[in-house]
Amino acid sequence: MKSTLFNMVAVLSGITLIASASVGLVNMVTEEPIRLAEENAKKAALEQVLPEFEATTDLTLELDNMPIVVYNASKGGQTVGYAVESMTKSGFGGEVKLMVGFLPDGTINNISVLKQAETPGLGTNMANEEAKNPLLKSVKNQNPESKKLVDGKLAVTKDGGDVDALTAATISSRAYLDAVNRAWAAFKSVQGGQQQSVEAQTEEPAAQEGEKNE
Amino acid sequence: MKLIFDGIIKNNPTFVLVLGMCPTLGTTSSAINGMGMGVATMSVLIMSNLAISLIKNIIPDKVRIPAFIVVIASFVTVIQMLMQAFAPALYGALGVFIPLIVVNCIILGRAEAFASKNTPFDSMLDGLGIGLGFTLSLTVIGSIREILGSGAIFGLDLGIGGYMPLIFVLAPGAFFVLGYLMVLFNKFVKK
Repeated sequence: MKSTLFNMVAVLSGITLIASASVGLVNMVTEEPIRLAEENAKKAALEQVLPEFEATTDLTLELDNMPIVVYNASKGGQTVGYAVESMTKSGFGGEVKLMVGFLPDGTINNISVLKQAETPGLGTNMANEEAKNPLLKSVKNQNPESKKLVDGKLAVTKDGGDVDALTAATISSRAYLDAVNRAWAAFKSVQGGQQQSVEAQTEEPAAQEGEKNE
Repeated sequence: MKLIFDGIIKNNPTFVLVLGMCPTLGTTSSAINGMGMGVATMSVLIMSNLAISLIKNIIPDKVRIPAFIVVIASFVTVIQMLMQAFAPALYGALGVFIPLIVVNCIILGRAEAFASKNTPFDSMLDGLGIGLGFTLSLTVIGSIREILGSGAIFGLDLGIGGYMPLIFVLAPGAFFVLGYLMVLFNKFVKK
């Protein structure tokens, strides 16, 4: 078709109008499923790393300029564990995001990898199940306090700690532990804060009952 | 039928036309990623070929490229939102390569070379054929890299993972596999 100023403007406007209308329509249709899918992914990760729970409340902290979300999971009014959505920027392929589940006493219940872009076959093994993942095996069901710490942090054997690294993926392993350490720091700050508030309420009868039970 | 087979063999986008190398090399670290990328590209290709051939007579020649790009970009955005909603795992794995389908030269190439000159039905078949060719090529490359690199296929562990040369999952492996497959394809399949 021959081009004139009028038909060029008219046709392009028409096409962009129809295109944006259809994109908007699909956006309206998929908005809800996308939100649900994201929520489900988060819920699945929480269920994977925490013991059985009924409700969660979340709190966003900022550690080393990274947003860290702490979920306080409770069942029947009792805190059964904390899940920390932690991240690091020192992965081999950029950001690594983990969900780390802590029991109230500080024991790491489980860890789930939310997002990683590590080398396939090497660093990606950090997302494997426990049997094929030395990193997870070294920290799962253990309290970080009881591990061999380097400067108060978990470290791979190469750096003087006692966490087994993934074969041929030391950088990814360090990144994984960096995120776990950050999660641990967030957990300690949240739990420490709550203990202080409990101590501040010692005059209340509820706290005294707790003492009697001891 | 001929149009479909042409797309898979004679005009195979990966091994013969050598188009769309960026997603080919980037996403084929495993069979399922390669296939997902292929299917996403195929859906966009079929729909954009159909739409472009329907509106080919009202598009002035001088603005045909921007018009094509707008049509293609809309379909890519639609596919992206659908994947995000209904296949979030695959969406996470393919990541940035989905929006990059917009600038995949296979799609603009077929719009320009085929859809703007043929009937809507033929254009759809051409999109299907080329799309299948692309999907098959990516799946084959992905499978070979996954088997050689991590000893698995479609995520199914073959129990030989520890003994395989890892380089095939990394970027250089993509070039090796693509190169040798291209040689074999041109020697035996394309007459």
